[in-house]
This record gives sequence, structure tokens and C-alpha cells, in this order.
Amino acid sequence: MADETPPPPDAGPPPEPPATAPAATGAAAPKPPPPKKVEATDASAHPWVASIRSAVPDAVVSAKEFAKQVTVVVRRERVAEVARHLKDTEDFRYCVDVTAVDWRDRQPRFDVVYHFYSFSKNGRIRMKCGVADGEEVPSISEVFLAANWSERETWDMFGIPFAGHPDLRRILTWDGFNGHPLRKDFPVEGVDTGAAIYPEEWPEGGGPAADDPNRKVVS
Amino acid sequence: MSDRPISGEEKTRAVQTAEDLQSAALAAAESVPVSLHPPTLFEVQEMELNFGPQHPSTHGVLRLVVRVDGEKILETKPDVGYLHRGTEKLFETETYPMGIPHTDRLDYVAAATNNHAFCLTVEKLLAVEIPRRAQLIRVILDELQRLSSHLVWLGTSGIDLGAVTPFWYAFREREQILDFFEEYCGARLTLNCMRIGGLPFDLTAGWVERLIEFVDDLPSRIDDYEQLLTDNRIWKKRTVGVGVISGEECIEWGVTGPVLRGSGIEWDLRRAQPYECYDELDFAIPTRVNGDTYDRYIVRVQEMRQSVRIIRQCIDRLEPGEIRGKVPRVIKPPAEETYASIESPKGELGFYCVSNGTNRPYRMHIRPPSFINLQALPRLAKGHLISDLVALIGTIDIVLGEVDR
Repeated sequence: MADETPPPPDAGPPPEPPATAPAATGAAAPKPPPPKKVEATDASAHPWVASIRSAVPDAVVSAKEFAKQVTVVVRRERVAEVARHLKDTEDFRYCVDVTAVDWRDRQPRFDVVYHFYSFSKNGRIRMKCGVADGEEVPSISEVFLAANWSERETWDMFGIPFAGHPDLRRILTWDGFNGHPLRKDFPVEGVDTGAAIYPEEWPEGGGPAADDPNRKVVS
Repeated sequence: MSDRPISGEEKTRAVQTAEDLQSAALAAAESVPVSLHPPTLFEVQEMELNFGPQHPSTHGVLRLVVRVDGEKILETKPDVGYLHRGTEKLFETETYPMGIPHTDRLDYVAAATNNHAFCLTVEKLLAVEIPRRAQLIRVILDELQRLSSHLVWLGTSGIDLGAVTPFWYAFREREQILDFFEEYCGARLTLNCMRIGGLPFDLTAGWVERLIEFVDDLPSRIDDYEQLLTDNRIWKKRTVGVGVISGEECIEWGVTGPVLRGSGIEWDLRRAQPYECYDELDFAIPTRVNGDTYDRYIVRVQEMRQSVRIIRQCIDRLEPGEIRGKVPRVIKPPAEETYASIESPKGELGFYCVSNGTNRPYRMHIRPPSFINLQALPRLAKGHLISDLVALIGTIDIVLGEVDR
């Protein structure tokens, strides 16, 4: 089971002086080194981006490279297909993270951000998609089991629903919490948290809305 | 009741084994409506058990809703968030350097690595060079922190399984490590010991000499722990074959760190994507192939030995020099985004930073190893006994400060 995994060459017993390993990983670095300046470059011609383009034709919106990190922006509807392609064809088997960014005044409002890692390429790719408030994003938790909790966290913190998620519940806050804390319009001080404990005082759905002048603030 | 004549059915039952009876009871239970079927000894009786959040062996405030049949675990549902403090929100309200103390409170037994990952991310945005002396001291602090984190793990997970003695030994050495931190930066737990672009302080006089003494002594101390546990029959009974997970499954679940290496995948960010000066240091990545709790124990103990090797090499390379890179007084990274990660004692700890060109991060996301690793706990625990659940929470080495953030 464990020893038939391809990427790491040696899965033997622990103490072995690794004479050649740093050189080997150095050689596996993804691409020619860009000049060390703080500017993003266009990465449309990058092989990973080209691969996504050929497999899911209308998916890629744009691509850029910054600090040796490739970011590809894809269309919201194509997220799961692109993730599947990256996993199966490009060998990005490890889903590092799923999160989001709230650009309050932009249209669409949110960016959902995915990070994938490939053991054979020793490289990371970042995939993003723009989502308007209330729009659903196809869940990738069928493709990567690891994305399950990360997507729940993103739903909890930003209120971005993931279509097809097997168990989309809040994870860090509790059921009945009012609002999504990492949205830019959620107050840093928080809203009253008595909702679940004193239902007669704080009705179903949590405390008062964030802009209610009478809301009690937890200090 | 005693002089009741024994029926034919009961006679045949007497010679049956417990398993036969259980399967017979199962078959009977399926055919009979529940209300007409009083509970008997061997009937499957599912029960929901709340494990935590105030249970000492959950290492914090982790709640598990466990569905059990007798003592056998059918399903585990972790419930996290009791320690959620909104760290990511707080990052957005404060300047970049002010974010560093918040990272101390994530994985609070490994504050230095959290500081390091945070600083590394901002440094990547700024594209600053870290002076060599600062790099070496950072690696020393990281490895000391890895030692202390593994020592806490060793002591507490030993106690969880009834081995109280290793705890006293492990915490004795950990205290010494905390003394080193205290002398360096004044704090023992929430260190705040790194700055964007380098370090806050240089080493105090005599620190290195005392550290050499300590790391020369440590391998024999690690031998002591191993004498207590490695061939201990009870320890092996509790850990060998418990919570087996294959390397493939680890990758599928996103599990990193000693758990991944215990399942035969030789992957360590210090080697795969070296940061600071790890690429020039000579150290091994301990791996084991069975992927059970015992192998993860061996991996962590071996990692402690490797940390000693790394610290020795860094001390040999130390030379006087700068400890801060050329960082502007007000840190305003370009409006870009970046992700940087390090090998923390628990696994891959990453920060994803989105800057909008001001002196505060627009968004700072933490990729916590404990949170992602904990996700695999239901998979590990399925089919084991309740008492193994305690071993499994210990073996994935979670810190709830990092899970809940």
C-alpha cells in the first residue's frame, strides 16, 4: 500500500544521510527562474495553463506569475472540472487549501482561492474564481477529500455556498450564528453571541444584524 | 428463575460463541420491530457518545460525537471551533509587524515556527534578502521549537496511554529549551521571536555555548525516552496497528508532517522546497512504512535526533553579522498575493497573504496543519475501540489553537 506511491524515490528505514536529495529537488523546480523583481508577469503560455486550456476549453480567464507562483483564474462553473483535470492529468494530487477573499466593492464580490501541490513536479498552482454574493461554486470535495473542511470553513467565514458539498455546515462558528465573520462588512468586535443559548432573548437566526444600532457588542 | 426448565433453544445457545450470538441477534433485530424487542446482552446497541470538549485527552477543546456499538467506533464526527478567536480577521485590522504576536497563539507549543511562516510570507511579497546570520539563528530556533513540540507530544500522548514516566523526562528537557527561548527573547511560550526581514535580537553572550552543551547531552536523553517506550510491550500493544493509513490516503486527505512520513512518503518541506538555509544542511527525513501509531512515534523520535544534527551544523556555521535585512520602516508590500509555507512540527504550515499596497494585509489566511490533519481522524478511528481514539488524537498531534484559529 504505502510503498507503491510513485513520487518519493526512497521509503526505506529512517536514518540515511541524504547525499543527493537537495540537488534532486533543485532540479525538479518548476520553471526557468524569473528575474528577482516585484512584478507579476503574464503566465498564459505556462505549460500548466496551456494544459487546462486544452482540456477545459472555456475555463481559463487569465493567468499570471508572481514570486514564482502561478495563478490561474478560471470561470466559476468550471472549477470542479479544472480541479479534476489538474489532479488526474497534471498530477496535482494534494489539495493544500481552499479559501476566499472578499473584495467588497468589486463585481463579482468574492474570489475563491485554491492551492494545489504536485509531488512529481514539486510545484504549486493557485486557482481562483470570481463569485458574486449568493452564487454557488461547484464543490471540489468529490475530487479532493481534503477540500471538505476547507470548503466548510469558507462557507462559514464568507457565506459562499458550495454546490454538491456532502456536508455543508458551519465549522468554526456554530449553527445559528448570525453572519459570516470574514466578510469585510462584519464588525471586528463581533456581534452578540447569546443567540443559541437564550432563544427567547435572541430569536432564531442569531443576534441582531451587524448594522443594527441597538446591537450589543461583545467587548 | 433458577428452577425454570431450560428450553431447547437455550441449550443450543450455550455452545455458541459470542460472535454467533451477535450475528443471530443482529438478524433477529432486523426482523423484529424495535418496540417489541427488549435489549439483550449481545444485541447491537448503538449509542452516541460525546467525547470532549472538556476531556483531558483531547488536548484542548475538541469535541467528538462518537457513534459506538459497545466499545467499537462506528463513526466519529469532530466538532471544532471552541477556540475560534478570529485571528485572520485580526490580521486585517493591524499592520504587518503587529500580526506576528497573533501567530504565537495559533500553535502555542510551536510559536517560533508560526512566526517564521508569517514572516516568510511577507518577506516573499517584499522580496527582501535575509542576512545569513539571521537565517541560521532562525533555523536554530525552528529546530529547538520542533524539539520542544515533539517533547510535549511525547509526554502527553504517553500519558494518554497510561505511560506517565516519559512525561517527566520529556518535560524536563522541554523546560531547558524554554529557558533558551526565555534568554533569547524574554518569553517562554508566546515567543514573538522573529521580525519581518530578520530577527529582533542577536544572541546573548554564552547562549551558544550553553546550547552546545544541551544538544550534546540530548541524544542520550532521547535514548532514555526510547528505552521507556520503543520496546515497551504495553506501548506496542496500544500503538502497533492502530490507526493505519496508507501514504496515498494521506495525500488524498491532505495530511502532512510526521503522519505522512510515518506512512512511507518521504516529503518534508525543508527538503522539497527549502527555505532559509536548509538546502545546505545535511539531515535525513525519517520515514516508516506501516503508517500506524507506533510508526508515527518512531518518526517523531527520529526527527528529534535529526533536529539535533541540524542545530549542530547551524552552530558550526554561525558567524558575526547582520540580523535584519533591508526592510523599510513602514512595511507596504506591493498589491499582490503570495503563499509561503514551512514544515512546522505538525506538518505544512502556510500563510496566504493578499496585499492591497497598504500597511495592513487585505487578507491573511492560515493553512493550519492541525486542522487539515484532524479531518482524517474519522477515517483513522473507524472500527477501533474508544480507548484507541485517545491514542489517535495523540498521534495526529493536534493543537486546538491552530485548529480553531
